[in-house]
Amino acid sequence: MTGRSNGTRRRTVDSGGLALAVYEQGDPADPTVILVHGYPDDHSVWDDVAADLAADHHVVRYDTRGSGASGVPAAREDYRLELLGQDLYAVADAVSPDRPVHVVAHDWGSVQSWEAVTTPGAYRRIASYTTMSGPCLDHMGYWIRHRLRRPTPRHLAQLLRQGAHSWYIALFQLPVLAPAAWRLGLARLWPRVLRDLEAVRTRPGHPQATLAQDAVHGIELYRANMSPRVRAPRERYTEVPVQLVTLQRDRYVCDFLSEGLERWVPRLTRRTLNATHWSALLEQGPTVAAMVREFTARDHGALRQEPSATGELVVVTGGGSGIGRATALAFADRGARVVVCDRDLPAAQRTAELCELSGAKAAAYLVDVGDGAAVDAFAERVAAEHGVPDVVVNNAGIGHSGTFLETTEEEWRRVLDVNLWGVIHGCRAFGRLMVERGTGGHLVNLASAAAYLPAKRLAAYATSKSAVFMLSDCLRAELAPHRIGVSTICPGIVNTNITRTSTFSGLDDEALAAKQAKVSKLYARRGFPPEKVAAEIVRAVRTRKPVVPVTVEAKAARLLGRLSPALLRRAARIDAG
Amino acid sequence: MPDQPRFPYGEKDLAKFREAQQLAYHCAEQVAAWIEPGVTERQATAELRRCLVRAGVRDFFHVPFAWFGDRTAFRHFHTPLQFFAGSRVLAEGMPYVLDCAPVVDGYTADIGYGGKVGENPVWDLLAKDLRTYRELILREVRARRTLAEVYAAVDAQLAAHGYDNRHQVYPGRVIGHQVTRSTARGPAGVSLFGFGVRTLQTLGRELVKERLEGRSPLWAGGRASRHAPTPGLWAVEPHIGFRDVGIKFEELLVVTDEDAYWLDDDLPHVRRWALQEDAA
Repeated sequence: MTGRSNGTRRRTVDSGGLALAVYEQGDPADPTVILVHGYPDDHSVWDDVAADLAADHHVVRYDTRGSGASGVPAAREDYRLELLGQDLYAVADAVSPDRPVHVVAHDWGSVQSWEAVTTPGAYRRIASYTTMSGPCLDHMGYWIRHRLRRPTPRHLAQLLRQGAHSWYIALFQLPVLAPAAWRLGLARLWPRVLRDLEAVRTRPGHPQATLAQDAVHGIELYRANMSPRVRAPRERYTEVPVQLVTLQRDRYVCDFLSEGLERWVPRLTRRTLNATHWSALLEQGPTVAAMVREFTARDHGALRQEPSATGELVVVTGGGSGIGRATALAFADRGARVVVCDRDLPAAQRTAELCELSGAKAAAYLVDVGDGAAVDAFAERVAAEHGVPDVVVNNAGIGHSGTFLETTEEEWRRVLDVNLWGVIHGCRAFGRLMVERGTGGHLVNLASAAAYLPAKRLAAYATSKSAVFMLSDCLRAELAPHRIGVSTICPGIVNTNITRTSTFSGLDDEALAAKQAKVSKLYARRGFPPEKVAAEIVRAVRTRKPVVPVTVEAKAARLLGRLSPALLRRAARIDAG
Repeated sequence: MPDQPRFPYGEKDLAKFREAQQLAYHCAEQVAAWIEPGVTERQATAELRRCLVRAGVRDFFHVPFAWFGDRTAFRHFHTPLQFFAGSRVLAEGMPYVLDCAPVVDGYTADIGYGGKVGENPVWDLLAKDLRTYRELILREVRARRTLAEVYAAVDAQLAAHGYDNRHQVYPGRVIGHQVTRSTARGPAGVSLFGFGVRTLQTLGRELVKERLEGRSPLWAGGRASRHAPTPGLWAVEPHIGFRDVGIKFEELLVVTDEDAYWLDDDLPHVRRWALQEDAA
């Protein structure tokens, strides 16, 4: 063991006969974080991140096989993912034999760490995994398969775009030429490549002195693994909580490559960072360290028995019933932590109780979304008690039926207060928190098919929902640079209790009850369950879909409104609603 | 509106009904004690039938049923044939429901028994909340609400709990049905479509007779149930579900001319609630 000047302790770990160079910093009593570098780097790519994390973590880095000071395997098959995964376990066992470790990985380091993380029983040794710019090759195989089987224009565009970003992988398969390129000048040019294409300032000591040989050896990573894994992918699941950090300006890995990752990783948290493939580590080390710190603190010591301490944080307003409750449950099912609010506290608490049945952490609050000060206070409380949410679903809403002249001022105010102001307050309070945090997020606003389907009896309701629709469109543009998505959901006729609490202009109590019962029955007969809307909401967040009409009637109305607006205007005269 | 019929049973009859119901629940409990992972639904119904026959039962209102796993919540049921016991194998953590309806000396019992093997937190919550429905139904019937109103009240409670109504999957969407003393003469122990031949005789006769009076022996949410419960005995079976777990009880409700009460409170689920209350 030899020491280094900046408090880094060096040791060698044996993994299946190969010597791995391991570098340790920080107090071994603190939680252990293992940082795994990519191609063509060595451990020094983590210098900034490691220095920051070492304040309160036992930081461990190693040169992966074939790079830096580690041993170089002789044969191509010695670069197989199985062995690379075993390297990570060998290092983990050496530096933290008793406690599970947190893993953070980038690029090829991430690809090989996925191998370790998706090994059955990984949760016993790995407490959390933060991944940047390196997909699991098996997941990628399924990703490609799925798109080839369902070649929608969107899917084909994704395949083409990712293909265009992966040109170098094909080049790396070329014999002689690829290694020669590195030897004959690419290694010398590398600092300029990083500076001009990756926005990384030149710094002393980087890239590492061994770059040329590391790059040449590392080509074997591609040759040994790419084609078998992508061609014959294996089903690889993991129970380990995973934080996926998408780098916005990444030239090699497209963000949509992680679409559908929840299938394999139920406990997934998504984050974004405005960085290129390398500037994330070399220019924004402290930001990455902060993300890692937050994630490791969340689930420190968490094992399988407590599945809910991590996962994204989701806030649902109006979560006491209907679509709100179903949405809270759907997110809870996917391992999210859920905060629901409602003006009916027992109903919100009930939702929290049901969420906990899925093993999720859930909390309930009493909030009237029409009250701006109350929503601000709620947002602050959530931030203080649970953290800044990753997803906020502005769902709370009320129904109202009445023609324009029938509807009283008071009724107008009530409808706009809840349906429009409720969304404004929610977006403002939580949107601001998300922007301040700077790692993205998603706002979901519940509009309605009535947002684009005029009806004379829905004057107030349709106006409020239409405003939500436009508000979301404007907000989406504003928040896009902050990587905060905004989705507008237009459900249509869904069987929830909104009809049982809807008000109708100009009716006495008895007639109102009869009308409510009648409409409820109609909605019940339509029989579209709120759970299906919830599933669409979860999907919209995952795919960042801007506008989602849910039911057939909502889709048809949207289409019709584009084909023939005049027809919809005429239909608005029908005495319905 | 025709006159309500008078309550037709004396104390002796009620005691006989209670005995039949005790016997049915007793057999269900025996099967519940016997049941273990690896058993199929068919094996469970066969065991239930053996148990009842050993106890002297010769005829059935309907054949015994057993549902395991997500079948307790009737998920993916498209045809009535799916109600019959199948080859589903019980596994650790699964909920199950047993349902049997023996006829003893013409006195019918129709019971439902929910259970689980191993740990199942969803089942625990459902089983605890089932009590609310037993109390709600009695309260509403005592207030002489129409059967359709009681049905709607149960639906509202289900929505508040976040559960869904699984009795709507039963034929006719029924939450209950009237039970009478069987006086039919068809062959005992023979069944058609899962119902005893004598049942079909009695039920057919009742359906016609009650229809003429503007009432229905079946208790559902529709137009035919817009009348206060007819005095007599009703087998009431709220069946509630959350995702892939369902639970029910089914027992006899006595509706007299002025009042209503559950025929027997000494039943497994009622005892379980009492125990939980003591523990709390």
